[in-house]
Amino acid sequence: MANFLDTTVDDLIENFEFLGDWEERFAYLIELGKKLPPLDESEMVEDNRVHGCQAMVWLKMLPAGDSTFEIHADSDAFIVKGLIAVLLMIHNGKTAAQILEDDGTAIFARLGLDRHLSPTRRNGLHSMVSRIKALAAASVAQPA
Amino acid sequence: MNPPAETANLAKRDESVDWTALRNEFPILRETVNGHPLVYLDNAASSQKPQQVIDTVRRYYEHDNANVHRGIHELSNRATEAYEGARQRVADYLNAGSPEEIIFTRGTTEGLNLVANTWALDNLRKGDTILLTEMEHHSNLVPWQILANRIGAKLDFIEVTDDDGQLDLQWLDEQLARARLLSLTHISNTMGTVNPVAEICTHARAAGVVTVVDAAQSAGHTTVDVQAIGCDFLAFSGHKTCGPTGIGVLYGRRELLEAMPPYQGGGEMILKVEYRDSTFNVAPQKFEAGTPNVAGAVGLHAALDYLDAIGREAIFEHDQRLAKRACERLAEIDGIRLFGPSEDRSGVVSFVLPDAHALDLATMADQKGVALRAGHHCNQPLLAKLGVAATARASFYFYNTEAEVDRFIEVLHDVRKLLV
Ligand SMILES: Cc1ncc(COP(=O)(O)O)c(C=O)c1O
Repeated sequence: MANFLDTTVDDLIENFEFLGDWEERFAYLIELGKKLPPLDESEMVEDNRVHGCQAMVWLKMLPAGDSTFEIHADSDAFIVKGLIAVLLMIHNGKTAAQILEDDGTAIFARLGLDRHLSPTRRNGLHSMVSRIKALAAASVAQPA
Repeated sequence: MNPPAETANLAKRDESVDWTALRNEFPILRETVNGHPLVYLDNAASSQKPQQVIDTVRRYYEHDNANVHRGIHELSNRATEAYEGARQRVADYLNAGSPEEIIFTRGTTEGLNLVANTWALDNLRKGDTILLTEMEHHSNLVPWQILANRIGAKLDFIEVTDDDGQLDLQWLDEQLARARLLSLTHISNTMGTVNPVAEICTHARAAGVVTVVDAAQSAGHTTVDVQAIGCDFLAFSGHKTCGPTGIGVLYGRRELLEAMPPYQGGGEMILKVEYRDSTFNVAPQKFEAGTPNVAGAVGLHAALDYLDAIGREAIFEHDQRLAKRACERLAEIDGIRLFGPSEDRSGVVSFVLPDAHALDLATMADQKGVALRAGHHCNQPLLAKLGVAATARASFYFYNTEAEVDRFIEVLHDVRKLLV
């Protein structure tokens, strides 16, 4: 599951550099988004909703053995699904402590996404990251 | 037989307008976005400004700026004259009875909040009903919710029939009989519906219901005549009418304004102040506490001159022509859901594609220089009723061209290929 996209963060950065312009980069994000496994309808519930995004976003984190976590998330918009895919590349399959240490912001900056996402989208991304970190923090505070 | 004078005039005016020359007076339309010429189709959110308006605001700051109604010096006199001249201009533009019926605000939102917090707060009681429509912008809904919660009033809504965005007026008289205040939009910012506000206000008046019209989407696009409409209040925003941001207008019928309590307290709105009490100025100053947005008013004056020089009927026909072209081309897309009336609509076109999210469409269109809006357009309850989370919206103005409509459609088709 951790490698469902067969793409690592390093691959991603390389691909982004290779793609000439932002139109192509967004198209690439859309393609990544299309590969994201969908959430089950039953998981698209208020408890899993991430607010603060323009699109609808649902996100949950499940223990996956060895104290690691699997993130399941979905959106009704492809570019958002693409961003979720990037978040998964960064955080998926890690322990809570690792997730809390991850510096997603630095990676988004290296991708140039911090400057090319609209301010509202940046807020949405921030809401997703906050949710992931909050879930990780909660699992440390209250080991399952 | 000769055509009626009015129709002949209309046709003549439209033919005589040089739309390309007008477009060239908007410096921002020469911008490139992401390497493409800008195609600005978000006019329902905010319009662009012609050079004339930009120059007028600059000239005001370079030559006339001072505080108004206060100084005994030349610049203050000039600023006061410019500000009060703008008020007179707005009164003419809306065909108000007098400039005393014109209050300068920050925009439509403040105008509506002003009515809610003065006339309505003073006159409505627990159990009274405020009648709205299901297509109101959040700024003509939330202020009434806040007020209703505060005083225990009830909200009632004129229903929107369906995707065609018409108001269901069959129960209007029954609804009015139960209401004390009706606030509704002239033109829907999501559906492009043009509501029959004059007819509705006639019914409201007969029922003794006070009326508020949200003219945010109409004031810069078509004739808005407060006497012909017969409303008690009407609000619009300068930034949607080729004017500056941060300036707006609330028209209020004189008898109501005079009887209303003030809105905010401060300078300008008083006649005499003592430590424990004050007497208030008359309308409109009573509602304009503090230093007003003089430069904004002066810019708005220039914008209204600009729009009237073109002719608002001609502008509306142009909007409609572009919207019609867009709707026809959009309707060719399989499975598309187009919102709003098929006839007599404004230049606002909202749609949902079966296979592409509005946010993705707008993001990718932006990569090609086309500015669309995607989302709920401050109309969350209406979209919820229609069962959609977001629509994409193109909204046209007189400086948009047929070529831009075609470019928008071409980009839409390109982008769609990526998304399906
Ligand atoms: C119908 C309608 N009403 C009210 C508003 C609010 O206008 P403003 O934000 O300028 O106060 C808008 C603007 O989006 C609108 O379209």
